[in-house]
Amino acid sequence: MTILALVALAVGTYLMKAIGPFAAAGRELPPWLDRLSNLLPAGLLAALVATQTVVDGTSLVLDARIVGVAAAAVAVALRAHFGVVVLVGAAVTAGVRALGWG
Amino acid sequence: MRPLNRTTRRAQRDAPGAPEPARDSEGTPASNPAASSAAATRDLVAAAVPVALAVGAYGLSYGVLAVAAGLSPAVATLSSIIVLAGGSQFAFVGVLALGGNPFAGAVSGLLLNVRYVAFGLAIARALPGGSFGRRALDSYLIVDESVALALGKAGPMPRDPAARQEWSGEVVRRFRVVGWSVVSAWILTTAAGAYGGQLIADPELLGLDAAFPAGFLALLAPWLRTPRGRTAAAIGVALALGLTPFAPPGVPIIAASLGGIIALWVPVRTEHGEATT
Repeated sequence: MTILALVALAVGTYLMKAIGPFAAAGRELPPWLDRLSNLLPAGLLAALVATQTVVDGTSLVLDARIVGVAAAAVAVALRAHFGVVVLVGAAVTAGVRALGWG
Repeated sequence: MRPLNRTTRRAQRDAPGAPEPARDSEGTPASNPAASSAAATRDLVAAAVPVALAVGAYGLSYGVLAVAAGLSPAVATLSSIIVLAGGSQFAFVGVLALGGNPFAGAVSGLLLNVRYVAFGLAIARALPGGSFGRRALDSYLIVDESVALALGKAGPMPRDPAARQEWSGEVVRRFRVVGWSVVSAWILTTAAGAYGGQLIADPELLGLDAAFPAGFLALLAPWLRTPRGRTAAAIGVALALGLTPFAPPGVPIIAASLGGIIALWVPVRTEHGEATT
């Protein structure tokens, strides 16, 4: 049953990913849809950052992650390389935990 | 290097079997095509490797947790090959770990993944379309990182048709290279975590759970430098966090796509506001 559920998750996910490449690729889109598809990632990525930083299950919590992500934000503002941003985020979070918080 | 790549792409599309020298007859400004394509490759590798490393850290944690939740190492690895969407896989094994119904896990995973419809539409503007197989493979490569890095680095789509073709070539190349790097890193490190999990310390002790939001923040950065992008991001955050205590997992993220829709209609005071959205 676990395998069946996993396959359902895989097939459903793939079908959702395939809508863009099959329905919209190589085709002229109306300008508003074009501008919308450019803006959609901004809202989605920001939501992923926020939820992965302060959400645990269905509750909002402040723990070591927020310190790590804040440090990563400073690195982003300084236009640091992607790898540096990730390292700073993880290392600062680990450091705060080592000091006994979160 | 850009003109070279554009003409290469055009040559490939117009005549798949065209001999190599055909590109030079179009008068590319690149005096040394080999050197400039090497530079382009270096540039792509420099973009793809750090992303693959970050995804790898996440994949390692997933492999460890999936086995702890009761999946066999083989099924854990298989899940990364066929689902290929980290957040939903964590949600799935999270439900299993709590002793929940696997189909409930699949549903919450699917809710989390509705966002890939939006990511798919976002990258489709640059994709050339092509054969069924090509579209099927491009669909497989749609992950947060491949779409965000390809579109974020290339900037807004130009209106001029020639410039747009160049832009598309750049975006698609980056999308595919980052896509394959992420896919291979995700699958290999899932296997490593699943088969060798006992050897790894607690992923949280290493701060690996913060590596992901930090990475997403870096991917988001190009949008934060435009007024409309900032508006979309701010609304997305407010909706996601506001809905989290009440809505089922995944719904807050989907709702955040409203940020992009609302930002489309918000007037912004800037002379190139339109061009940057």
